[in-house]
Amino acid sequence: MDQVVLKSVTKSFVTKAFGEVTAVDDVSLSIREGECFSFLGPSGCGKTTTLRMIAGFEDLSSGEIWLGDRPVSIKTKNFYVPPEKRQLGMVFQAFAVWPHLNVYENVAFPLRIQRMSNTEISDRVKQALKHTSLSGLEEKYPSELSGGQQQRIALARAIVASAKVLLLDEPLSNLDPKLREIMRFEIKDLQKKLGLTIVYVTHDQAEAMALSDRMLVMDMGVVQQVDTPTNMYNNPANRFVFSFLGLSNFVPVALHDGLIWPARSASSSLECEIPEDWDDDRAVLAARPNEIQLTTEGGYRTRIKNRVFLGDYVEYRMDIGDTEIRVQTHEHRDFQTGDVCGIRLGKVKWYPAEDEVSDEERERRKVI
Amino acid sequence: MRAGQSPRGSELRRMEGSRLNTGQLLLVISTVILIITVVLPVAMIVYNVFFYKWSFDWSLFASMLTDPDNLAAMWNTVKISFFVTTLGTVVGLFFAWLIGRSDIPLKGLMKSLFVIPYMFPPFIGAMAWGLLLAPRSGYINKMFMALTGGRTPLFNINTLAGIVFVELCYYFPFVFIQVSGALERMDPTLEESARIAGANQMTVIRRITMPLVVPAIAAGAMLILISSLSHFGVPAILGFSNGIFTLPTKIYELIYRASGSFEGIRRGASLSILLVAVVVLALALQRRVLRAGRYDIIRGKSMRPMLIKLRGWKVPLLLVCFVFLVITVILPLCTIFGVGFLKAYGVPMKLANMTLNNFKYVLFESKMARDSIRNSFFLSITSAVITMLVGTMIAYVIVKIQPRGKGVLEVLGILPYSIPGIVLAVGVILTWSGAFYLNLYNTIWIILIAYIARYMAFSMKSASASLEQVHDSLEEASRTCGASHFESLLDVTLPLIRPGMVAGFFLIFLPAMRELTTSLLLYGPFTRTMGVAIYSINEEGYTVQACALAGVAIIIIVLGELLLRFVTRERRGQ
Repeated sequence: MDQVVLKSVTKSFVTKAFGEVTAVDDVSLSIREGECFSFLGPSGCGKTTTLRMIAGFEDLSSGEIWLGDRPVSIKTKNFYVPPEKRQLGMVFQAFAVWPHLNVYENVAFPLRIQRMSNTEISDRVKQALKHTSLSGLEEKYPSELSGGQQQRIALARAIVASAKVLLLDEPLSNLDPKLREIMRFEIKDLQKKLGLTIVYVTHDQAEAMALSDRMLVMDMGVVQQVDTPTNMYNNPANRFVFSFLGLSNFVPVALHDGLIWPARSASSSLECEIPEDWDDDRAVLAARPNEIQLTTEGGYRTRIKNRVFLGDYVEYRMDIGDTEIRVQTHEHRDFQTGDVCGIRLGKVKWYPAEDEVSDEERERRKVI
Repeated sequence: MRAGQSPRGSELRRMEGSRLNTGQLLLVISTVILIITVVLPVAMIVYNVFFYKWSFDWSLFASMLTDPDNLAAMWNTVKISFFVTTLGTVVGLFFAWLIGRSDIPLKGLMKSLFVIPYMFPPFIGAMAWGLLLAPRSGYINKMFMALTGGRTPLFNINTLAGIVFVELCYYFPFVFIQVSGALERMDPTLEESARIAGANQMTVIRRITMPLVVPAIAAGAMLILISSLSHFGVPAILGFSNGIFTLPTKIYELIYRASGSFEGIRRGASLSILLVAVVVLALALQRRVLRAGRYDIIRGKSMRPMLIKLRGWKVPLLLVCFVFLVITVILPLCTIFGVGFLKAYGVPMKLANMTLNNFKYVLFESKMARDSIRNSFFLSITSAVITMLVGTMIAYVIVKIQPRGKGVLEVLGILPYSIPGIVLAVGVILTWSGAFYLNLYNTIWIILIAYIARYMAFSMKSASASLEQVHDSLEEASRTCGASHFESLLDVTLPLIRPGMVAGFFLIFLPAMRELTTSLLLYGPFTRTMGVAIYSINEEGYTVQACALAGVAIIIIVLGELLLRFVTRERRGQ
């Protein structure tokens, strides 16, 4: 059964400087029970606004939101359930643990609001603290704990009342990278153990891919693609998704006489397969740095401009036509700066030439 | 702890500590200045009260302490402060919450309006309310008696309740400003996570928002308490005629009645010790309360907090705000200017009775009024410049050089802050009228010394704040480039804190322009300040002229305040 359903949800703000800005544009999606679903996108893309609409902190401009079979926001009927009646758990980026309450009272708060008996509260808090590895810290105040521990308090507080749906708003971005990785696994573990449905907002693609059963990439308020991490990485729907999911090289090319020319002045053409249904005479080829092969003979000949040894791999920079590209390789065959080598692009993605949003529009959206 | 700085500041300072250098020189100069301006007056009070002709003499203090009049004054002081603090806290909190967390309209406007009472000199407010609500002659009371045909006034302002009311009007912004700031800084997700946890709006206010602003409330309330304990102007103007005294007004009366004789000053000094004891007690209380809730409010992303919808309450509450503003700001303001334009006090406020003569009189004819404006400008500008420079120097020693014994400097610096103005004046008289072969009494310099001592804490505070923003590494970078300590200070640190110093100047200039308490004990025939001139013209019964001069003072203060805002806005824009 679907736990969170959005039907054509739109949110626009009116700002003094920029007029009307559509933060979230006609988003429809269903999140299944027990699923970890991520909203991924750059800042200002509308992912946090969407999450806050699910939580009930922001009003919709149009559309509907359902939690299971229960409507919580229906704009046409002006129907709205306040956040405290939505039975959700939520974890915020800045932890939002209350500095005036100790760990125990922070976690017990949702249960106290429900006026549970003290023994039941004690049992449940103990359980939640055990799940989040906080046992023994009950009497500590948040200021005495580390960032990771504070975020665990927030997590414990979100699960203590047995909410079925957990909303996480960039919960790990205030932690250092090492801790981030540990917490990532803990959240995943907790989700499996408790059968939670998680809606996870992040701008970190590695985090989204590691955690999600399915994810959504958003840009400029518009959903770009919804899929499993694997499918999305292998088949990005457009240039934006491709670039957001990892390191990328984009090479604009022209098709001429069945050959692929990286630039008007290029000495030779690129060797790779043209999709059968491609009927434009221009395109942008997209390739990951680690999918490009360097050869001593053959391929597109170019000179290596820069070589950096990075331990696990070697990174080279070189030009294809007028475009600089990065290549990462583990191979032992080592080129030096100034060497001439050949490039084989391998499997590349083909995208239409005009597919980028203007920087001006991006700037305009920074206000929200 | 400041972010990114080692707990002891730069190691460099410790390594250089053994040699005589700029730092040590500054330390010595700072200590000497603070001892002369701050420690000496306090020591002189204590000495003169408990020693007579070089031998210990407890009798004067004991006799003062048992005098029923003095005890009554003390009791009045405590009562007034208690009610002003409690009511002021409630009022300030209410408006801060309304503007910070509800969807009441016109927030920006109201926020600036609610701070106005903060700059309005309370004693001028007291004058205005006296004109409106004096039992027989007050305009409102006369109107009320004419309406009812009776002889009972609506409200007698010359009572304890009246004094509490007027002080309340001008002191509630302390809590308002503190709590507004805390609400703005507070991470909205702290409240949102309580909503998600199932708490409704009222529960969130009660269990999350209020406990989190407790430190801000306590800080604001203590400011009100200390200010009202040592406050002189309002009880002096409203209380004297009815025989109501507080400790500060009693001290003034003792010295004034003895017309400056040494015995009178000694008696005043004894009461001063009593007043300081009460204030110190309040400060100790503050320490306790603030320690109880010592947590920093976590700063959030600049996300808008959820505002509580007032719905049907919106219009009534907006009205409450405006009525309150009319009462605290507009009514007194109109009264001062209205009466300032009258031909004579008591005639009805009609256009036919209006004249410009009073303003012409205080600006061009009365030498005393003109002198007072000149003196106030001289004193405010001079004391602001000196205090700002010295305060910055001391703050630099404390924040950046961090020598051993900087704690002493800190305590000495904030000491005058806890000493009521009237007490400081007594100490300055005892110190600078011949005790050390230097008699400045009746000159403008004695007032200047008092102002410097009084406002040093302000300037140290604002300078410390801007210095803490300047990271150690900036000076270290300059040293690496070959500049000496002194050159780095001059070329790097000073330019960076200059905007803070300019703001600091106004933070002293403005209160000094409306100063009354200290100057009233220290003025001589030709050294009246504006505050003193308004007060004495008013006391002599020349009400309309006093109002005209008060109007002039208000205009100067408002212009200064606008200038300050302009300056600080520019700084933010950088």
